[in-house]
Amino acid sequence: MTRRTIPLFITAFVGFVLVIAYFIPHPPFDSLREDFSIFFDIIASVAFILGAGNLIKMHGNRISRREEKWGYSVVTVVGFLAVLVVGLTKLGNPGGFRGSSVTAEGSWFQYAYEYVFRPCSATMFGLLAFYVASASFRAFRAKNLEATILLLVAFIILLGRTFVGAMLTSWIPDSLGFLRIPYLAEKIMTVLNFAGNRAIMIGIALGIVSTSLKVIVGIDRSYLGSD
Amino acid sequence: MTLHDAVPPGRSGPLHRLPTSAAVLALAYWTALGVLATASAQSPPQSVIARDTPSDRGENITVAWQLPPEDTGAGGPVLGYRILRSLSPAGPFEAVGQASPGAARYNDSNVENHRPYYYQVVTLGAGGEVPSMTSGPGIARPQWINTNQWNVFVILLLLLGFNIYFIESIKAGRKPFIRRIAGLEAVAEAVGRATEMGRPILFVPGIQDMNDMQTVAGLTILGHIARTVAEYDSRLVVPTSRALVMTTARETVREAYLAAGRPDSYNENTIYYISDEQFAYVAGVNGYMVRERPATCFYMGAFFAESLILAETGNSIDAIQVAGTAQPAQLPFFVAACDYTLIGEEFFAASAYLSGEPKQLGSIKGQDVGKLLGVVSIVAGVLILTAAAFGHSETLRQVGDFLRNFWSTELAG
Repeated sequence: MTRRTIPLFITAFVGFVLVIAYFIPHPPFDSLREDFSIFFDIIASVAFILGAGNLIKMHGNRISRREEKWGYSVVTVVGFLAVLVVGLTKLGNPGGFRGSSVTAEGSWFQYAYEYVFRPCSATMFGLLAFYVASASFRAFRAKNLEATILLLVAFIILLGRTFVGAMLTSWIPDSLGFLRIPYLAEKIMTVLNFAGNRAIMIGIALGIVSTSLKVIVGIDRSYLGSD
Repeated sequence: MTLHDAVPPGRSGPLHRLPTSAAVLALAYWTALGVLATASAQSPPQSVIARDTPSDRGENITVAWQLPPEDTGAGGPVLGYRILRSLSPAGPFEAVGQASPGAARYNDSNVENHRPYYYQVVTLGAGGEVPSMTSGPGIARPQWINTNQWNVFVILLLLLGFNIYFIESIKAGRKPFIRRIAGLEAVAEAVGRATEMGRPILFVPGIQDMNDMQTVAGLTILGHIARTVAEYDSRLVVPTSRALVMTTARETVREAYLAAGRPDSYNENTIYYISDEQFAYVAGVNGYMVRERPATCFYMGAFFAESLILAETGNSIDAIQVAGTAQPAQLPFFVAACDYTLIGEEFFAASAYLSGEPKQLGSIKGQDVGKLLGVVSIVAGVLILTAAAFGHSETLRQVGDFLRNFWSTELAG
């Protein structure tokens, strides 16, 4: 009972106070939003220790039980501990422990970030190009009328965003300038796309307000595991 | 207006030391000199007013003025305005800021509450600098009500009213029509498929923290999915990118297993933390997908560039995929790569839809009426402003502007 009542009470109290504070610029209400945001950051920072502990526990168990492909867990744990120790002790810092920032040029931490973390992140990001191609291939197959329109529109946008679009239609006289591909691409993006996007945004805004009210009032308790 | 108000800054000292008649003569002399000197250049800003900025926490004074006739905007003879401030009408004045040509307003945000300040606005031009009369005192005070946000308050009250009305009417026995959402209808089927195949169900709650409403909405859906999973005695895996989300997801899933009458089947180790870093998290989730090949993947929350990487990997392992997000830029990727996608409002309505509770269904209807109100306002606004443009009607234009401002969160002060 208390396990649900206390979180519900805290949610309702904080929610109502912050909604009211939105309409009251007078101190102390004016800084409540920022204050609560800082409280959240503090809690999230402390919870990070929880996350790190969970990471070590999960992978430690896999290593100790020699579960399938436990070698990956060794890499994860070693990588995590190495960066943690280097960061906390400023190991390899040019100016020593007190001399310079942990991210100073030439520090081991900076090397780890620059030559391990960034290339790995860039590699993952780079995969996106191939996934965009494969997803587009499936999405743009002209199986029906909608898919054909989608293909056509995508083709115009793709051409309009490159020099090819301008090159192919530059011969069209100014009086028929609205037929030039860059112009069409621009209009599709700024008129049709904007209109559709705004319709979705209005739905999202109302959905956020409605969901927030449900959570604050306690109508929706699904996040506590109950209907 | 006092004698000091009419005196240009820095010239008040000698006047104080003169008898009154001499001061009047001196004033006339200085004024004549000023007029002669500036007649060919530019005139000072007129009607300078310094007043407390409304609907704020104080610590702000708005200085407004009428533009001199020479101000034709950028590129004209007036180069801008310098705003001078003093604690006394007699000075000394110090510069506190500048405004561009064409600007008739300046907000001084570096003042103390309940303290009188006096202002002069100096026209800057090629012909020299011409100060205005002294204006003031302007006194900053904090206000209790932000009247600029009245429209937000009204919208909030309307939505709350609609929600309460529909909740009560559904509770009284009225059957609401809720259109079928295919993605949510497929939840049981997707969980059943995973159970039959003996493979796990993957739930990805996005990469944002608990302060993002999308994460909260995602976790409310997780509660329903977890209950179905518990009833089917299947296996649910929830990798998270935030420690707080992990903790909340564990509570949500545990309570769902308890509600389903299978608390013994709950295993908290299947809800775990990977990394706060976007692509490290994606690498961890993708690795899991490729190794364990979950039969069903749910993506419910806030997603960014990783959306397509996750969904395409899920597609490559032939998983049934259901996605829901309020990130408009990621929706096309999910639509292209997933079997079902909850678009924006559907994502927020999902929890109510899945629960089937009158109270929750009422909130969906309330949300729909709010949307209808928005649509009617948009159509009416477009028609009214079009009619105003053709008929040159100021009244219609004002009505159209009112409708536009009503839905804006940035009303002019």
